[in-house]
Amino acid sequence: MTIEELRKIAETESAAQQKFQHHVCVCIAAGCLSSGADLVRDALKVEVVESGMQNEVLVKGVGCMGLCSAGPLVTVETEDQMFASVTPEQAPEIIRSLDTGVDPAAAGLHRCATNVPFFQRQEKIVLENSGRIDPERIEDYIAHDGYAALVTAITEMSPQEVIDQVKSSGLRGRGGAGYPTGLKWSTVAKTGEQQKYVICNADEGDPGAFMDRAVLESDPHRVLEGMAIAGYAVGAQRGFIYVRAEYPLAVKHLKTAIKQAERLGLLGNSICGTRFSFHIDIRLGAGAFVCGEETALIASIEGKRGMPRPRPPFPAESGLWECPTLINNVETLANIAPIVRRGAEWFARIGTEKSKGTKVFALAGRVENTGLIEVPMGITLREIIHDIGGGIPDGKQYKAVQTGGPSGGCIPAAHLDSPVDYESLARIGSIMGSGGMIVMDETSCMVDVAKYFMEFCMSESCGKCIPCRAGTQQMHGILEKITAGEAGPADVALLEELCDLVRNTALCGLGQSAPNPVVTTLKYFRQEYDAHLNGGACPAGACRTKDEVTA
Amino acid sequence: MQTFVGTPQVPSDDKRWKLVEATARRHGREPHALIETLHTVQECFGYLDESALRFVASVLRVPLSRVYGAATFYHFFTLKPKGKHTCVVCTGTACYIKGAPQLLKAIERRYGIAPGGTTADGELSVLTARCLGSCGLAPAAVMDSAVLGRIAPEDMVKRIEARIGKGLHP
Repeated sequence: MTIEELRKIAETESAAQQKFQHHVCVCIAAGCLSSGADLVRDALKVEVVESGMQNEVLVKGVGCMGLCSAGPLVTVETEDQMFASVTPEQAPEIIRSLDTGVDPAAAGLHRCATNVPFFQRQEKIVLENSGRIDPERIEDYIAHDGYAALVTAITEMSPQEVIDQVKSSGLRGRGGAGYPTGLKWSTVAKTGEQQKYVICNADEGDPGAFMDRAVLESDPHRVLEGMAIAGYAVGAQRGFIYVRAEYPLAVKHLKTAIKQAERLGLLGNSICGTRFSFHIDIRLGAGAFVCGEETALIASIEGKRGMPRPRPPFPAESGLWECPTLINNVETLANIAPIVRRGAEWFARIGTEKSKGTKVFALAGRVENTGLIEVPMGITLREIIHDIGGGIPDGKQYKAVQTGGPSGGCIPAAHLDSPVDYESLARIGSIMGSGGMIVMDETSCMVDVAKYFMEFCMSESCGKCIPCRAGTQQMHGILEKITAGEAGPADVALLEELCDLVRNTALCGLGQSAPNPVVTTLKYFRQEYDAHLNGGACPAGACRTKDEVTA
Repeated sequence: MQTFVGTPQVPSDDKRWKLVEATARRHGREPHALIETLHTVQECFGYLDESALRFVASVLRVPLSRVYGAATFYHFFTLKPKGKHTCVVCTGTACYIKGAPQLLKAIERRYGIAPGGTTADGELSVLTARCLGSCGLAPAAVMDSAVLGRIAPEDMVKRIEARIGKGLHP
């Protein structure tokens, strides 16, 4: 495969698509699929045939369009129209309207405005193809500049040039910790000529986060391309995608994508006739949150219990089967192809001084528009929640936003104007995390939320180190006591002491960050803890004392 | 090449064991295929029983303790058969604050089973998921294979009753 051949595929595909006057896209990613999007797509296809418009209307299933709360979503790309909550019964109206010009809204279809902040305020790099291309067709990806970055990299650039490009883009790990990606790559590249591996961490374990799933389901080739470029840059010939078994659709799309890329010679032996070979295999996770930690993930790929080990040695030096291993998150890898294709300067212009590019967030909880969003770094939380998210529904009051899942913290209204970047979020006690963003209103009790996350960490603790195994249990016990109204001030003091102890002594990131939700809620919502003490009632009315439960 | 010691004893002449063996073979019967092989067993049989664990250990030539260790470490694997129908309630953060605990309570009140439990007649199992990733539809649950989004506790119970009442299989 040469760049000319690639262009030819792109041109053929574009020409084939442009033959159709109208493009009707149906979101068939998990969110919309669960509300029957596949039936909507079938109904649309049937109508196209019945009305004899096969040569004018193209119906395709595409990936996530973002506004998951309004699914199933259908867009008529050529008319710039979007319809929400479409039923299979209503769907034919959309096709008929293309012929007759009668507004489908008259037939009861719910039109969704696209000039609202939810769509206008976003900036899409990782999700640029989501909701536009058919994830199960490589040609559609190629027609949207797909694999051009890979072919350019391996035929025209040296591995060092690729690494320099990624370095100067300022891209940082999107899994949450924000380690500079280029630096990680060069560490692996420097280990000399030997067996090396590239691992894509798709074990999205944070409850309330579905960014990676959306990327894998909507645009799997983008991740494969990123991995192959990474493999070329660091000198690896094999890659693994460690993906949750709970994401069957993502696994299916990945498997299809790997086969298609191999058939076109974009993966496999001597890609583009060069000496570079790269093979990608899928490994299924089995539901262990700790496997998001890189050393635990490696143990799991090796077929063992997913338990972390002390670092150093870091996986970059000794990882999978003791070979140098590069581990990057799905979203990080999804950023690679655009960076190589459009240049590091372009990427570095987006975002803030230390946090470049965009970030995908899964906006959920007590907010009007829930779904998947991609915003430039540096945007404020207020803009995300009130402009893009549309504010809090039912006239309720905003209380907190939780970022970073069980490792993150709850951010109160006072910090709503803080920009979203790695440093700013860390300063106010939370973390960027992988991208879960859960909004809470006055009906949520912050002690109960802290207890929820502690319960999560307690059951997900792998049990290897004592601070995490025993500490999370003890902290959870105290939080139970508080929510039951049986605790006194001494218990809260002990809780604070335990937070400090576990944070400083646990072996891996899971334990070290487990106290975060408690620490931030204690810092910003101390009055809620105090209200529960000595038999007090829960201000939010979420917790019940023992008497009420037994009554 | 490693030589194979002894012939693994297939627990029964059930054809599904062939699929399990095929997975192991695809990975060269290496110990690192353990999790993949357990996935195949669970996919074929629905759960992992003792004979399955012993068989996997012999096929991959790893100690039984290691197989048992992995099978019990990962939440995805279950050592007990599930009921005829399964109801998975998502307990992710978004679902939690939008009422997942109330869903579980409603099910417990009606059927007397807590998460992880199966009714005495083997009709219904109730499970929880860490996060279904359907946060836009919170609170969400999966009844057999149908995803139920934004579901109220009383509707949840009704949906289960409808499913069990009609005796439909997944």
